[in-house]
Amino acid sequence: MSLFSVNKPLNPRSRKTVTICSFILPILLWCVVSYVPFIWHPMVEITQPGSVSYFRENMLVDKVLFKTESINAAEKGTELPAGIPANPVYLPAPHEVVKAFYASFTTPPTRSSELWLHESLWSSLQVIFYGFLLSSIIGIPLGILAGTYDFFSRLFEPFIEFFRYLPAPAFGALAVAILGIYQAPKIAIIFIGTFFQQVLIVANTTRKLDPALLEAGQTLGAGNRSMLFRIVLPGILPDLYRDTRILLGWAWTYLIVAELIGTSSGITWFITQQARYKNFDNVFAAIIIIGILGLTIDLLLAWLGRRFFPWQNTN
Amino acid sequence: MSDLILPDYRVQTDAVRNRFARIKKRPVTMEVKGVSKYFSSKHGTITALKDINLTIHKREFVCVIGPSGCGKSTLIRIMAGLEQASEGEVRLDGKAVDKPGPERGMVFQGYTLFPWLSVKQNIMFGLRESGYNKGSAEAEARQWIELIGLSRFENSYPHQLSGGMKQRVAIARALANKPKVLLMDEPFGALDAQTRSKMQSHLMEIWKNIDVTVFFITHDLDEAIYLADRILVLKSNPGEVQEIIEVPIPQPRHPDQFLTAEFLATKKHLEQLIHPANQDDDEDHLNLIRMVPVNDDVGSVF
Ligand SMILES: Nc1ncnc2c1ncn2[C@@H]1O[C@H](COP(=O)(O)OP(=O)(O)OP(=O)(O)O)[C@@H](O)[C@H]1O
Ligand SMILES: [Mg+2]
Repeated sequence: MSLFSVNKPLNPRSRKTVTICSFILPILLWCVVSYVPFIWHPMVEITQPGSVSYFRENMLVDKVLFKTESINAAEKGTELPAGIPANPVYLPAPHEVVKAFYASFTTPPTRSSELWLHESLWSSLQVIFYGFLLSSIIGIPLGILAGTYDFFSRLFEPFIEFFRYLPAPAFGALAVAILGIYQAPKIAIIFIGTFFQQVLIVANTTRKLDPALLEAGQTLGAGNRSMLFRIVLPGILPDLYRDTRILLGWAWTYLIVAELIGTSSGITWFITQQARYKNFDNVFAAIIIIGILGLTIDLLLAWLGRRFFPWQNTN
Repeated sequence: MSDLILPDYRVQTDAVRNRFARIKKRPVTMEVKGVSKYFSSKHGTITALKDINLTIHKREFVCVIGPSGCGKSTLIRIMAGLEQASEGEVRLDGKAVDKPGPERGMVFQGYTLFPWLSVKQNIMFGLRESGYNKGSAEAEARQWIELIGLSRFENSYPHQLSGGMKQRVAIARALANKPKVLLMDEPFGALDAQTRSKMQSHLMEIWKNIDVTVFFITHDLDEAIYLADRILVLKSNPGEVQEIIEVPIPQPRHPDQFLTAEFLATKKHLEQLIHPANQDDDEDHLNLIRMVPVNDDVGSVF
């Protein structure tokens, strides 16, 4: 079978290969840019300052500058500087990131007031968890009500529609004023960021339930309560689950804002700090950890979804 | 067909005439009285149904045919209580119908099984709603599953069944509630010819053995004649009763009867009602097709 047939699944072997490629290719690109000296490498790392007074060993200088100084030195007949091509500081090579990745779990932070990477991560996970849980506990029932009964739809949706255009970060200062400076305002930002979208999305999902199923239920004698709990709820459950997975991804984006208000903490704060010290290997390590964590959670949820909803033949 | 000399479809043998006389003495199950239905849209009001009157006796099998868009589905939905009549009313055992209920079971063309429930749970749904406890609902559902021959599939989900199997489950699910009337809107319309004729025999078998009145929409004339005691013929714009035909074929029915003179006579009459002779529009289209140039090696297929 061809690799490019419209809307046809690949055979299992090529599917696996392509999936692996989707990770291998970017990593390969990164390696090429990092390790092949004549590709990009706009800087020079000084190995031997020579006669140039302001060059220091391990210093990164612009290629052009290095060339000019070398020519100057050659003309004057003094000792030539030496160096190797290098990438800017913000693009560490893969092995440096791997080293940082390992070091972040094994060596304590430089300052005693700072947190370990995993502590920052744990604090972030808690913020997301509570913010998202709170939003879901309130948002999902409201969404289902609004999707099922026109009354609740008219009652909730206009206001929520308005509110969701207000950017969640705008409430940062307010949240701190009301909820203090620790985790609570951060949780509130995650909540504000997800809740309003959640109600609307869940309401929409509920409305998309096949009306023929509702009619079938009515002709089988289902009362109002049964319609809600025995038809609407189980009927939308797989889609609701999918919505929740997508929304959880959004919650992660609001984390960045949430962690910069009040007392700074968490993984995004860790990243900001490390970037400030120009430890970009640590920055990349942290970003990759977030990626791995997010992907793992999502795959786990997808796998659980297949367990929960055996009546779905796809996905 | 036109070369055959066929009897008049109104000629009934004594057996058939007696049967209809007996049917008419049975109590009235459902009554459609002066039902009209208007839909208002941007382009004005559509009269989907106009002054429909029909009396259905207990355990009768009534089929409805008519051109597409003549209001068949609208009528059955009003009878089910899923839609309100603009004028007139529908009565079940003398009581006016205003909302859906389990005493009027409905089978839709699109199956509408609950995808999250297994075959058994689908059939148990209505039983549980009417107050059966779990154990007795399950026992009852098992009997139905056996009756429709799906014992091997009782724990399968709908997506694992073929169209015919799904529709059998849908019928069992509706009948498990012991409805007085079974309303069916083109239930076999999506099935292939072979499955369809199996399902017809199956339905006949069920109807013979269960105390239920059937109201059945179809666009297949053979199906209507084969199944029905009486056929309600609707015409469109607006949807009105064109004729109510007493099918002159003895019961119980058998597939051999498809080629009897009474059957063909009835079919010829229905053909004339549904597809009147003056079809100038279609003729024009056909003439246009003849003007399309043909470029092939065969030249003529005749
Ligand atoms: N909800 C609605 N709103 C507006 N018009 C409607 C609605 N339902 C049906 N109609 C109109 O009423 C008429 C009858 O529709 P109906 O579905 O009952 O026809 P039908 O006989 O079942 O057709 P088919 O054989 O194609 O199923 C059509 O003209 C249709 O456009
Ligand atoms: Mg229809």
